[in-house]
Amino acid sequence: MSLEFSEQAKAKIEALRERYPIAQPVVIPALHLAQAEFGHLSDEAIQLVARTLELPYAHVFGVVTFYTMFRREPAGTNVLRVCTNVSCMLRGAYDVLASIEKASGLKAGESDDDFHIVEEECIAACANAPAIVCGTKYFLDVEPDQAEDILDDLRKRPRPESEVL
Amino acid sequence: MPADVDTKIITRQFGNEEAKNIEVYESLGGYRQLRRALGMKPEDIKAEVKASNLRGRGGAGFPTGVKWGFVPADAEDVYLVCNADESEPGTCKDRELMYWDPHQLLEGMIISAYALGARNNYIYIRGEMMRETPVLEKAIADAYERRYLGEDVLGSGFACHITVHRGAGAYICGEETALLESLEGKRGWPRLKPPFPAVVGVFGKPTVVNNVETLCNIPYIVEHGSQWFADLGVGRSGGTRIVCMSGHLERPGVYELPMTLTMRQLIDDVCGGIWKGREVKCVIPGGSSMPPMSADELDVPCEFDALMTDERIKPVEVAPGVPFDMGGGKELRTMAGSGGIMVMDDHTDIPAVCARVVEFYHHESCGQCTPCREGTGWLAKISHRVAKGEGRPGDVDLMASIADGIAGNTICALGEAAAWPVLGFLTKFRAEFEAKIKAPKEGAAA
Ligand SMILES: Cc1cc2nc3c(=O)[nH]c(=O)nc-3n(C[C@H](O)[C@H](O)[C@H](O)COP(=O)(O)O)c2cc1C
Ligand code: SF4
Ligand code: FES
Repeated sequence: MSLEFSEQAKAKIEALRERYPIAQPVVIPALHLAQAEFGHLSDEAIQLVARTLELPYAHVFGVVTFYTMFRREPAGTNVLRVCTNVSCMLRGAYDVLASIEKASGLKAGESDDDFHIVEEECIAACANAPAIVCGTKYFLDVEPDQAEDILDDLRKRPRPESEVL
Repeated sequence: MPADVDTKIITRQFGNEEAKNIEVYESLGGYRQLRRALGMKPEDIKAEVKASNLRGRGGAGFPTGVKWGFVPADAEDVYLVCNADESEPGTCKDRELMYWDPHQLLEGMIISAYALGARNNYIYIRGEMMRETPVLEKAIADAYERRYLGEDVLGSGFACHITVHRGAGAYICGEETALLESLEGKRGWPRLKPPFPAVVGVFGKPTVVNNVETLCNIPYIVEHGSQWFADLGVGRSGGTRIVCMSGHLERPGVYELPMTLTMRQLIDDVCGGIWKGREVKCVIPGGSSMPPMSADELDVPCEFDALMTDERIKPVEVAPGVPFDMGGGKELRTMAGSGGIMVMDDHTDIPAVCARVVEFYHHESCGQCTPCREGTGWLAKISHRVAKGEGRPGDVDLMASIADGIAGNTICALGEAAAWPVLGFLTKFRAEFEAKIKAPKEGAAA
């Protein structure tokens, strides 16, 4: 199946091309757009980006596999990035991660329709550790017993990463 | 030094949701320094920045004016790239600077671009910073509307463009040459240096890469002059410093303070001491890449040169009594790095922290260099087994020798970033690691 970008995404890519002397730098923004539109970066989505920017498929594929935010499989609406790096670890991040896993019924790396749980490296919120980020929303100074509330909050007001392009 | 002195300059608007609005920024005097700068000669701005003793806040503390001076005088296309990839564990200031006061960063960038003759400029922002990206994009759109950006900035004839470029999850893209590769739309593989980016940077052109905090200081140097800025600091380090205080503190936080404050003052006076009435055991002074300090080394100021040279800080060793050689016989104490100060109390399991640090660098190694790729893998494996109390005899020395084999033998400084904390932990907390080694069973072959 051959995919197409929405008109909006096409316009965005055209506008971005103006900002660089060559087309190749648009590859990461275009992949973000493709992931937002199609949910994940299938072979077809990678082909679409390659075709749009007239780049070799292998180059685009190589970029996709280098960066951790790009995913080859579908994922739940809310990507919860739970930091377990040192500042967060010192203040109980592994307990927070465990309680998020318990409340969601998902292990880090797993997805259902609503959630995708990621054990994340430092998310630059160390002074408010433990910290979780989900799209545009930060959960700061998190206690393990807040896991249910956090998930409820996101069910009511989802924060898909595709909100930001 | 009383903790309540008001030394806030670039963090003044933290907590004020209105300040990101361009009208509010202007009403507070915003973009006035850009107007002033446009009336100055670029050389004069560069000279001011050099005389101000501003040093890079991204990690290396390199003098900004000196770096700018590396751009060849006859260069035609020059680029300025703001490093907003903030991902050094323990560091959480650039994100706040962008969120609360985006125009301050833009004004600093536009002035810097004018001084450097840079027409097309980028902010490489970490992909996960989804709250901050739209804030910057809105600020840029508003700045274009008011002609602070565009083909003819404020009628001066200077053309200046800024584009926000999102990363997509890779710590290594904070390293400046990896960042430039990533900006060019490639895998973020660091480049061999030289050539340095100031000579051959993005798209093969001279490029200055500066950290967010570094650039935020520029308008104030234009406003008050280099002497004022240098006097805010001490020795060869001008200005204030943002410290990101995290870990076992009563009041963790992001504070902008004079660099004369010692680690102990930061902990006790600024952050209300260690939580739960406990004692301090260990401090990582500049992001997790930097060698840790022990409790008896904390009377040193949190200033670039002091942390590198003060003899109260024990040099890092590869084995008891054998100093680590940074090259040319130079000893390594520690460094101010990114300003990410991680504080650990006396209940902290140091080998467990060490293993977590190593795991991070192993995960983030780009894999280009064998010593880094393989070395961090081995370190991760061994440090975890030691942390779990399953260490084997010889593991402590093995960790040190692997770390020593990485440092100095790789393309980029991630190698050092992985090796230095390991050697530092082993130097200062060796007994804790040794206590985790399982004694060989009697009669069993070692
Ligand atoms: C592994 C590694 C990661 C780095 N990460 C960052 C980062 O996230 N942000 C940053 O500003 N500098 C980072 N740096 C430092 C940059 O390479 C570069 O020195 C800095 O952006 C220059 O800006 P400055 O002179 O204003 O400090 C990193 C360096 C290394 C070796
Ligand atoms: S030192 Fe590590 S991260 Fe840096 S280029 Fe080599 S393998 Fe990549
Ligand atoms: S260590 Fe968790 S946000 Fe920095």
